[in-house]
Amino acid sequence: MPDADYRLYLMASAAIFTIGFYSMLTQAHLLRRIMAFNVMGCGVFLLFITLAARAPGPVPDPVPHAMVLTGIVVSVCATGLALALAGRVQTVTGKTELEPGEDAGGRSGAAHHGSSA
Amino acid sequence: MIGRGVIGICSLLLMGALSWAALSLPAKPPGLAKASLDRLGESGVAHPVTAVLLNYRGYDTLLEVGVLLLALAGAWSLGRGEQPAENPQSRPLLLSLLRVLLPMLLLAAGHLLWIGAFAPGGAFQGGALLGGALVLLILGGLARRALKRERCLRAGLALGVLVFAGIAAVTMALTGGLLQYPPGAGGALILVIETAAMVSIGLALGLLYLGGQPPEGARRSLLATPPDHA
Repeated sequence: MPDADYRLYLMASAAIFTIGFYSMLTQAHLLRRIMAFNVMGCGVFLLFITLAARAPGPVPDPVPHAMVLTGIVVSVCATGLALALAGRVQTVTGKTELEPGEDAGGRSGAAHHGSSA
Repeated sequence: MIGRGVIGICSLLLMGALSWAALSLPAKPPGLAKASLDRLGESGVAHPVTAVLLNYRGYDTLLEVGVLLLALAGAWSLGRGEQPAENPQSRPLLLSLLRVLLPMLLLAAGHLLWIGAFAPGGAFQGGALLGGALVLLILGGLARRALKRERCLRAGLALGVLVFAGIAAVTMALTGGLLQYPPGAGGALILVIETAAMVSIGLALGLLYLGGQPPEGARRSLLATPPDHA
């Protein structure tokens, strides 16, 4: 009976990760991308917590729990830095999106800039 | 430019592959629960997650505090952030809310730090509350003077890493293992590390909110004005 529950959580973690992955690739707004990245992280955390709960023993496995706790802090840091960068992009360019081609690699972006300047 | 349909199909394939991978994991993994519970008495704390974070796998947490500092350094290197709340008096509701919330946040942070030894809680949970309190202070315009003391902020931010690394170095000299505490000293050392880490985590999370270095320090900065800040 609880085994079915675990299967549900495992598939839900895959689904949450994929929702984030899809949004990361389709959304252009930087804030939405940062949120998508966080949704992907939530999927990973759910997977870890499920695996911890599934481990045999009187209490859940503490090692994945500790890793998720570490992961949350790292993802908050990365989000904070990403938001600061996105804010900087908006201050400098006045846009909330990266220009097409700009994130496709240094050389093509530089060439694009050179031609437009 | 790849169409949304292609990305959607790829995402569905990815979801299938991930589900399959997750479902095909062994249903009864050996896990580390038994190993971590067996040695809990020696770790110096009574809660297994805290024992993993600060004793068994203390290097994870040491590096994590470093990552936090690095993220803040990255944000600060982008230039100066903005000071929200031009006139805090125009937000009477926020100010009266702060009067109630701030003491409770501080109390709860200390409580979480202390109970981390034997119940869910610890430096990160406490630090998150402190970070929230700092964001509220910044929003209310009450942190202006504190934000100008950049040297104090830097010292507070580095405190967690410095204390943690210092204890790691001393215990390594004593016992020969990285973050291997001398027998019986684990509990006290973990509390010292967690207290220092909580201060740094709270400061870093709160200051990340500014999205850059605190606005204009008290010492008149000579080069600080960004040229493109029209």
